[in-house]
Amino acid sequence: MKIAVCIKQVPTREWQPRLAEDGRSIREQDVAWELNEPDAYALEAGLRLREQHGGDVVVCAAGPDRVLPVIREALARGADRAIHVADPALGQADAMAIAEALAGAMRDEAFDLVLTGLQSDDQGHGQTGVALAARLDRPHATIIMDVQIADGRVRVKRELEGGWFQWVIMPMPAVLTIQSGINQLRYATLKGIMAAKKKEIRTVAPAAPVRPRIEILSLHVPAKSKRIEMLNGTPQQAAATLVRRLRDEARAID
Amino acid sequence: MVLVIAEQRDGAVNRASWEAIAAAQQLAGDAPVVVAVAGASAAGAAAELAAADVREVVVLESPALQAYTADGWVLAHTAVIADTNPEWVVLPHTYQTRDFAPALAARLDRTLVTDCTAVRRDGGSVVLTRPMYQGKLAADVRPLGEPPWLLTCQIGAFRADAARRGAAPAPVRTQEVAIDAGAIRQQPEAPFREAKQAVDLSQAERIVAVGRGIKGPEHLPLAQQLAEALGAEVAASRPICDAGWLPMERQIGSSGQTVAPKLYVAVGISGAIQHVVGMKGARTIVAINKDPEAPIFEVADYGYAGDLFEFLPAFTAALRGS
Repeated sequence: MKIAVCIKQVPTREWQPRLAEDGRSIREQDVAWELNEPDAYALEAGLRLREQHGGDVVVCAAGPDRVLPVIREALARGADRAIHVADPALGQADAMAIAEALAGAMRDEAFDLVLTGLQSDDQGHGQTGVALAARLDRPHATIIMDVQIADGRVRVKRELEGGWFQWVIMPMPAVLTIQSGINQLRYATLKGIMAAKKKEIRTVAPAAPVRPRIEILSLHVPAKSKRIEMLNGTPQQAAATLVRRLRDEARAID
Repeated sequence: MVLVIAEQRDGAVNRASWEAIAAAQQLAGDAPVVVAVAGASAAGAAAELAAADVREVVVLESPALQAYTADGWVLAHTAVIADTNPEWVVLPHTYQTRDFAPALAARLDRTLVTDCTAVRRDGGSVVLTRPMYQGKLAADVRPLGEPPWLLTCQIGAFRADAARRGAAPAPVRTQEVAIDAGAIRQQPEAPFREAKQAVDLSQAERIVAVGRGIKGPEHLPLAQQLAEALGAEVAASRPICDAGWLPMERQIGSSGQTVAPKLYVAVGISGAIQHVVGMKGARTIVAINKDPEAPIFEVADYGYAGDLFEFLPAFTAALRGS
C-alpha cells in the first residue's frame, strides 16, 4: 500500500509572535520551527498502517527550503521518502494554495491513502486535507480516530461533536484528516536519523503558479473581550487576593 | 443576498446555526438572507428556522440526503448556490461544516474563510477577522476572487439571541435536488456514543481544569487538592486526556463536554479555541498560566501569570485558611 502523509512546518508552541514591518506577516527570522503536531499524529497513523499492511510512507510538504528539517525529521521517524514542493510563495500561503501545490505533485503518484493532520497550528484554516481530496478527486473523511483497511476499502471512525462517533466506509484511494491524540507518537532514534540521510527527498516546483485565495490585511494581538484583573505580588499575596475576590466580588465560593 | 447553510439533527437546529444567522444578518445589511437546510427531518428544522427575519427557508430534499455525507452535502449545496446566486455563504464552524465546506469551496472554485470571529464593512468591502497561530494573533482578511465567498463562524463568536426574528414566519420552500446516489462515495453507519459518561461535569458548580502546563501526572494531586478545597470537580483539556493522565470523560472542549459552572479555574491551559468553546459560558473564570500572553487570559476574569507549582499550593492554603 502506498501511503502519503502531508506535513507542515509551523512555529513552535512556545514562540512569541513578532510581526514583520508590513504588519501582515510574521517575522520569520525570530521563529523556531517544528513539525505541526496534528500532522505528527497523521504520520504515526501512516507508519502504523504500513506496519500492518506493508508498503511505503511518503511525506509530502509544501513550502520554502526552510521546511527541510521537518521533512528530515519525518524521514527519521520512519517515512520512506519525501516530496518537497518548493516555492517561497508557499511559506505563508493559505490552505487552498497549499492544497493545490500538493495536489500537483501528488497526482501522478497513485497513492492508495493520503493522510493529513486535521489543521495546522499556524494559520489553522482546517481546509488543506479536504481541499486536497477535492483537487485529487478522491473521497475523504475528517477528524478520524481509527482506520481499518480491507478489500480495497477503508472504514474509518469519525469523531462528531459532543462525544458522538460514526463509522464511514469509503473506496480507496481516499484522503483522511487524522484527529490528534489517537496514537502514541514515536520519536526519531539515532539509527533513524542516520538512515534518513540516505532517503530520497524529491524537490519539485509547483505545477502551476501559487494562487492565493485569502489576502491578510493586518495581523494584531487579539482584543481582550473581558476586563481581566491580573493578580500581583508573591504567590501567597496573589492567592489571598484571589480568595477575597472570589468570595466577596464574584460570590463564586462561600 | 447572503445564504446560510444551517445544521440540524432530528429536526432540531443547533445553536451554532442561529449564530451563523446572526452573522449573516449583520453581513447582509439591507440585503436579504436565505437559509438552506438539508437532511432527514429538515422540514421540522425549517419550521424553527422560519422564525428568523429572512427572505425564505429552503429545504433541500433528496433520498440521497437522509444521512449526512460530505459528497451529498457538497452536491446539494452546489445546487442551492447555483439556484439562489448568493454573494456570501455563511456556515457555523462545526465538525460537520469542517468535513464538507472546503470541498464545496473547491468544487465551486471559490474562497472559504474559516473560523471568523467578526465581520465588518469597510467602505465597499468586507473585512473578516479570524484567529491565527493558535489564537496568539488575530488576522483581518479579505477573500480574493469572485463571489460567492464562503465563511464559517467560530462557535460562540456571534450571539444566537442577536439573530433577528421576523414579524411573521418566513416562507418555507422545498427544493428537490437531483443527486445520483452513485456519486456519494462515503457510506455512513449510524452515529453512536461510547460508554455512558459517568461524570456529568455540566452539573458541577465549580471546576478545576488542568492543561499541558501541569507537565506530568505526578503533579495532578496539586489540582486535586485545590478542587477539594473549592468543592470542585477536576477536569482537563484534550492533551491531558489523550495522554491518559485523566479519563476522557473529564475532557472539556469541542470534542468533550461543554460546561457553564459558577467557577472555572483553568490551570496551565493555554486557551486554544477547541477548549474555550467548552467553558467560556462559566460565570467566573480564573486563569493560571506561566505565559502572560496565553489566550486563556482573554476570557478570564482573574488571572495569575506565573508558576502554577508555586501558586496552586498557595491558593489551596488560602482557601483552607479562609
